[in-house]
Parts: sequence; structure tokens; C-alpha cells
Amino acid sequence: MLTALGLKSVDQLFADIPKELRASPLDLPEPEPELELAARLRDLAGRNRTDLVSFLGAGVYRHWSPPAVDQLLLRGEWYTAYTPYQPEVSQGTLQSIYEYESLLAELVDLDVVSASHYDGAAATAEAALMTCRATRRERVLVSRGVHPHYRATLRTYFGGGLELDEIPVVTDGEAAGTTDLAALEAMLAEPERPVAGVIAANPDFLGLLEPMPRIGELAHGAGALFVAVIEPVSLAVLAPPGAYGADIAAGEGQPLGIAPQYGGPYLGILASTDALVRQIPGRLVGMTTDLDGQRAFVMTLRAREQDIRRDKAASNICTNQALLALAASIYLATIGPHGLRDVAASGAARAAELEAGLAAIGIERLHPGAYLNEFAVHIADARLVHRRLIERGFLAGLVLADVEPDDPSLADGLLLCTTELTTSGDIARFVAAFGEVVAGRPPVGVEAGAGGSQPVGAGAAAGADGATVSTAGGTR
Amino acid sequence: MSVTGPRLQPTLFERSRPGRGGGKIPHPPKDALDRLPTEARRATPPALPEMNEPDVVRHYVNLSQLNFAVDTGFYPLGSCTMKFNPKLNEWAARLPGFAELHPLAPDEIAQGTLQLLWELEQALAEISGMRAVTLQPAAGAQGELTGILMIRAYHRERGDLGRDEVLVPDSSHGTNPATASMAGYRTITIPSAPDGGVDVDKFRAALGPRTAAVMITNPSTLGLFESRIGELLAAVHEAGALAYMDGANLNAILGRFKPGEAGFDVMHFNVHKTFSTPHGGGGPGAGPVGVGERLLPYLPTPRVLAQDDGTFRLERPDERPTSIGRMRSFVGNTGVLVRAYAYIRAHGGSGLREVSDDAVLAANYLKSRLADTFDLPYDRPCKHEFVASAATLKARTGVRTLDLAKRLIDFGFHPPTIYFPLIVDEGMLIEPTETESAETLDAFADALIAIAAEAESTPELVKTAPHTAPVKRLDEATAARQPNLRWRPMAGAATPCPD
Repeated sequence: MLTALGLKSVDQLFADIPKELRASPLDLPEPEPELELAARLRDLAGRNRTDLVSFLGAGVYRHWSPPAVDQLLLRGEWYTAYTPYQPEVSQGTLQSIYEYESLLAELVDLDVVSASHYDGAAATAEAALMTCRATRRERVLVSRGVHPHYRATLRTYFGGGLELDEIPVVTDGEAAGTTDLAALEAMLAEPERPVAGVIAANPDFLGLLEPMPRIGELAHGAGALFVAVIEPVSLAVLAPPGAYGADIAAGEGQPLGIAPQYGGPYLGILASTDALVRQIPGRLVGMTTDLDGQRAFVMTLRAREQDIRRDKAASNICTNQALLALAASIYLATIGPHGLRDVAASGAARAAELEAGLAAIGIERLHPGAYLNEFAVHIADARLVHRRLIERGFLAGLVLADVEPDDPSLADGLLLCTTELTTSGDIARFVAAFGEVVAGRPPVGVEAGAGGSQPVGAGAAAGADGATVSTAGGTR
Repeated sequence: MSVTGPRLQPTLFERSRPGRGGGKIPHPPKDALDRLPTEARRATPPALPEMNEPDVVRHYVNLSQLNFAVDTGFYPLGSCTMKFNPKLNEWAARLPGFAELHPLAPDEIAQGTLQLLWELEQALAEISGMRAVTLQPAAGAQGELTGILMIRAYHRERGDLGRDEVLVPDSSHGTNPATASMAGYRTITIPSAPDGGVDVDKFRAALGPRTAAVMITNPSTLGLFESRIGELLAAVHEAGALAYMDGANLNAILGRFKPGEAGFDVMHFNVHKTFSTPHGGGGPGAGPVGVGERLLPYLPTPRVLAQDDGTFRLERPDERPTSIGRMRSFVGNTGVLVRAYAYIRAHGGSGLREVSDDAVLAANYLKSRLADTFDLPYDRPCKHEFVASAATLKARTGVRTLDLAKRLIDFGFHPPTIYFPLIVDEGMLIEPTETESAETLDAFADALIAIAAEAESTPELVKTAPHTAPVKRLDEATAARQPNLRWRPMAGAATPCPD
């Protein structure tokens, strides 16, 4: 090719980079042959521990994903294609997105589902921005029951002038841990600060079921839109957003057959009523016909998008999570409506088993309200107990103080979750280990305090404990 | 494409038959949900399709065969860098140690992934000449928003509150102005110079105390290196503004140009372009962002930190108050980042420079092959992509660039990006990438030349293309006027099922 171009060196093609701006040499390792690289990657993967019996959910849930899902995903025709800009050679992707939109519309019971967003947090942020555009108001209320990462993302997206206020949760009584309706009512009643949208999650971050119909009524009564943050598997058995009047549903699609992968790629679900179709960001695929009258699918209502509208677009989103939307669709088609119900109900059944087991050893729930498959328990020294249980082969959920360091009501809390992958045997062994750890635990404050205190157990391991508590404690 | 039988497929919903499926999950106890309050329960189950696994598998295999993909053929989609996706990377991302790791797993059981992420940050910092990198943004556009929010935080912290404008050239990606709007800025669009480059004088005139940032794509979306970038960056900084580099075209300049060294304050990487992670039919990507000294304090949280004892950990939520905060949940699209890491390790420093050399050589070669047939509005050495125009051909034959693109499908190629950048009449943006052979480039050039000849001799043939794809051109107007965005059982009655 150089010869055809009449060049001596490829350097000539870079002559337009001014000398003073040319790069210093790339200081990176030498190229690595595939065999050695594979060994390196296997070694790194092996340094993660994924062998623990896990009770950790908190927004990401382990489920059985039928092998058909990943095997179909591995077809190059799916994962090495791009955005279906040329519909004549993209009918596979286009139909699969239309089917995804349809499947999710069934689950959430709303009309319009976008082709996907980055994750549940980003989808929730986009939902919040939608409410501002649709109502021409600039203030959004988010329940503290919404996942802390989602609330943090909302704060980032809203830093530019839009207002974001958090609705507190009830601190005691039967409704403890759920959105404080009286507080919401008061926040909605400030005439000089009209509210665009109200955001609540069901189940909420602590696994509790929220009074969604009532929150929706209050929001609508003040002229605001109602955004429901959902977990899609739960919608096999819980009332869907469309049934309780939500205008927008947002949520994390990871539970639909997608592996945890330390944070992504996941699937941001965003859905709305027909009335909001011009405000929804992201791609939409519709059914149409070709010139011969054959049924076909195409990207549509493109005037909302950045490549057409530039600074007037509904969002800057371009690349989305299409392959994960496909994974979710294949998962739903494979598992079916009855299978999905079984997944949700199995998680719920195991959770009740776990609650009973823990109650029998004196570990009580932090909140009394109804839950599906995740709940918080009260345990002093949660961090230490969590650490001790890892040594025994259990991932004892989430130390709530690690993600909500400023909430005193969660200072002694562990958030535990079960799914259909949790067995009764797992629960029995976990409860037994939990009991041993709690029984063998030193008095509160001794070990978790200064590094100089005398820890229990073998020297080396206990020493590591001390370091863990002081440095890695609250790593999120 | 299917060897026999209908090529289009019925929908999942049309394939559904009551009672099919099952056998995946053990049935839970019948009373599992009795403890839930009735009002919280779903009244009617979702009408999801009921299918046996063989039907699901055939549905998706047959659908997949209606797609054009890098694995099936040449995909010279300009600005998207449709290079081959190495299969080792798919294998690596699926290793259980990576795939099954929960994002809230304590640091001490996530050391392998944390090390990988940390090393990847270092490598991207070296490639870009930036001080530090965040891997959190989920895609390039989210990377842009991350960068602009950091710039906003920088100006605010300095008490410099009057800056409400972002300057972008008219050749920029649509994401640039859309990002500026999302961050609350007004976009000022600056026309390009006649040679296709940024018009430094016009930029200079527009810069001022209201300018927060300029967003520049280099090489530009026309595939041209901005030779006066040094001058422009000096002017930007003199005006007290910061410079954002859209890294979409990084595939052209690996080892040749480091934006951070040149003076850019912040840039994003599109790992699904430069670093070979698959495009996935639209995503996922990942959009890491590199920053220079000025923006270091504002990086999103949590960062990955290397500790003195050789271990790694994530930043705590409240550890760095200057951070702009979170852009999304958890750490980032880690599964995508594993693939990017593998790609960078496989190539090393010398290999990455060769990637750009080969990508640029391929683009210039293809451009020279098409020089006699199409208009080349900017006829100087290009970087990894170039714009050709069919304006002259259209004036003579009535055949548009859209028609040429559709006809390319009949020749077995994916069309290039068309009508972008918006500033070129009848433009096609062609990006061959480094992973294509000379034979493929020649075959593509031959096809375009043959189609241009058809435009002269049999224009109708070109205007009605494609002729061999599963569907003809689509009725997009009706799709937009009467949107049908989800399956409804009633629609099935009116629509015949293809099989």
C-alpha cells in the first residue's frame, strides 16, 4: 500500500502533526502472545473470590441464567454489529429491540420503553430530567429509600441548576424504612417551589415494599410526575408501575440474566406512558413496512436524538446497552412468564426461611414492613461479623454503614438477600455460622477500635482484621 | 442468511403457545407469596411469550442472520471504528472470577479486578499523556458529560461563575453540543475553515470571559489532524477556558500524539472503538476519561487506589469532597474494561503504534483508490478515515449518496457513515480500520467504482437498492407518524405471520 501511495514510510502520513506536538514514546509493556496473556488474565480472575455463598444483593442480583442466553449472545452477528443505522441489513437487531421494548412494556405495564440506558442509576437520572422537561419545572424529589448510588448519580446530574431534594424515610413504627408520606406532602405543598417529579423505589433499597399508589396520588395531586424505580424480576409478582399510575419507570435490568461483572455492563430500563413519548431519551424502534409491504422494523422518532437535534436533543446518549437488552429478552423468552414468577417467588420463600432462621438465633430485622426477597437485620459490629463470615465462606450481604455512612439508623445493619440460587442448605449453614460468629464475638468496640487492641483468633488473620476495619471499612 | 425458508421472523409473541416452556427453575412452595399484602401483588401476570428452548434458540439464531456485522463482512462505518473484536477478550470477560464478582464485594476479595482496573487506568493515562483516568463513564457520551461537569466544578471552585458557553466546531459529533446542554451550558457553534480544520481565528474571536470550554475532536470528524491545535489550545487557556478532546478518533494517533502532552485538559476514550471492545448492536461501550493537573481533584468517585502494601481499594463515598460525585452505580462497565485491558496488553506500546500506522495507511490507500471516481473535498493526507462526496455524481445522474450506500449492501459491504459530518454535501465518511486486508480494501473500492458506473448507465438500479437484503427500503415516515413501539396482541390479527 505504501508503494501504491508513492511513499517511503508511513511516517510521511503523520507529517501534519507539528514536531513540537509529537508524542513521547509509549511507555507500555511489550506485546504479549495470546497464550501468556490468557494465563495473566486467568491469574487476575483467580485473585477474586467468587466461591463464597452469597447473600449480597443491594441492587445487583445473582440468578440462574439459562446457558442459551450467553450462547446466543456470543453469535458474532449480534455482538460485532453496531447501531442499526442501515435497517435493511439490521433487521435482527431492530426486531430484537422491538421485542425488548414489548417484553419490558408488558412487565412494567407502560406503553413506551427505550432501547436501553447505561444502568439503573443513569436511567433514573434521565427519568428525573424527563420530568423537568415535561412539566417545565425544576425541582425533583427523591425518596431516601432509593439506592444510594442512584441518589448520588442524581445529585451529579442535577448539579447544574436543577433542584433535588430527598424525601426522608419513616424512622419508627410499622412503616419504618419506607418513604415518609407526611414529609412528602409537606414538600409538595411549597407553592414557590413546584415539583416536576417524585421518585420512589419498589422494593426500596432496604428491600421494603413502598406505598406506591399513595406516593403517586400525592405527586399527581401537586401536578408532578411519578417515577417508579423498579426491579424487573419482582414485577412477575408485584404490582407494576402502570397499575399504580406511575408516569415513568426506571430501573436496573441486570437481574434479567446478566452476570454481576463487578458493576457492568448492565441494562438501564426506562419506560413511560404514551403521553411522554417525545420526552423519552434514547433510541426507539418501531414496526413499519418496506416498499414491498413486508413487515419490518426501524429506528423512529429520531428527532429526539443528539445526532439530529444536537444541543436541543432530549439527551446526549448515543451508545447504549443494546447487547444487554438482547440478553434480557432472551432470558425472558427462555424462562417464560411462569418461570419468572417462580424466580421471584423462590427468592421470597428463601428470604422468609432466612428471616426465621436468624430470628431463632436472636438476629432481628431492622424494619417490620413487608419485603420480597431482601431485608436488613440489626447486628452490632456489622463490619466485623461480615468479615468473620467471609473467613467461613459466606458473603453476609452488605454492611449498610459502608454505603450510607451518614445514616445513624443503619449504623448496625446488614442487608441480606436471597434468590432462587440460595438453597435451604446454604441458609442452614449460614445461620449456624452466623450464630457462632456472634457468640464468639468480643464485646462491642474492643476489636473494631484502635489497631493496638488484642483481637481474638489466630494472630495473622486477626491482625489483618484490624487493618481491614480501619482502612477498608466503608470502602463504598 | 438462511439457506432455506423465510428470512424474516415472526415475533416472540407470535411464536408463543400456552403452556410451553418451563423446566428451568424448581417450583417454590405454593404459599411463598402469601405473606405479601394483596395490594402490593400483581393482579394479572405479564403476558410474556411461552416458548420451548428450541424455538427460542431458532428465533434468535435466525434473527441474528438478518444482521450485518464485523464478523460477517467489511463494516467501514466512519467515526465508529468497526475493527475486529479479538475472541480472547470474550473468553476473558467470561472467566467466572471476573463475571461472577459482585460490585459491592469487599475490596479484599476483589483484588484481581481492582488490579486490572488500576493497570488499565495507568495504561490509558500513558496513551493519552493525561495525569489520571476514571473508568466509570459507561460510554463516550457519558464520558463527555463527566468531563464537562468537571470543567464546571473547576470554574466554580475558582469563583469564576460567569462562564456559560461551550464552543464546538460545526463538524463535531452531535453528542458534544448535547452534552453541553445537559450540563447547563449554551453551545456556540464555530464554522470550520475551508481546509476542513478548526478555524482558529473564528475560535479566537469567540473565546472570552463567558467561555467555559471548547470541545475539539482531533483528528476531526473529517479524518484530518488539526495542525493548528497548539495555537488553539494556547488561546483557550489564555481566555481562562479549558480544552476538552473528544477521543472518538484516537485510533489514528496512538503513539503519535498524546492529547495531554499537547495541552488538552480532559478527554474521553471510546474503548469500543480504539480498544476493540464489541459494539454489541449499539452498546455496551465504556467511556473512560483522562484529566490533566487542573481537573484531577474533580474526578468521579470512587477511584481505584493503589496502597503501599501492593493491594488495591476503592475510594470511600466521602473520601474526596472535591469530586463531582457519581456518574452511575458501582465502578463502571467492568466487563467491557476487561476486554480493553486484554487488547492493550496483547498489543503493547509498539503494537498500539502499529495499529494507528496501519489504520491511517489503509484509509489513505482507500482514498487514493476512490480519487478518480468521487469528490474528495479535503484532498490532503487523512488520518484513519476520510470523507468522499458524491455531489458531482448526483448532479450528473440524480443518484444520491444514500443510493450508493444502499447499493453497497448488494455488493456485500456495510455502507459507510453517510451525511456526517453535516458540513459535507452528499458525504460519506469511510473508516476501514487496521484489521482489514488489502484484498478487502480493493474489493470495496472496486464495488464503489462499479456502483458509480451503474449510476451513469442504470441509475434506477442504484436508486432502488438494495435488491438482495432481507427487506427493501423502509417506510420511515409512517413509522414516525403512527408509532408502533410495542407488540399488542390485537396487532397480530392484522399482520400476517411470515411463516
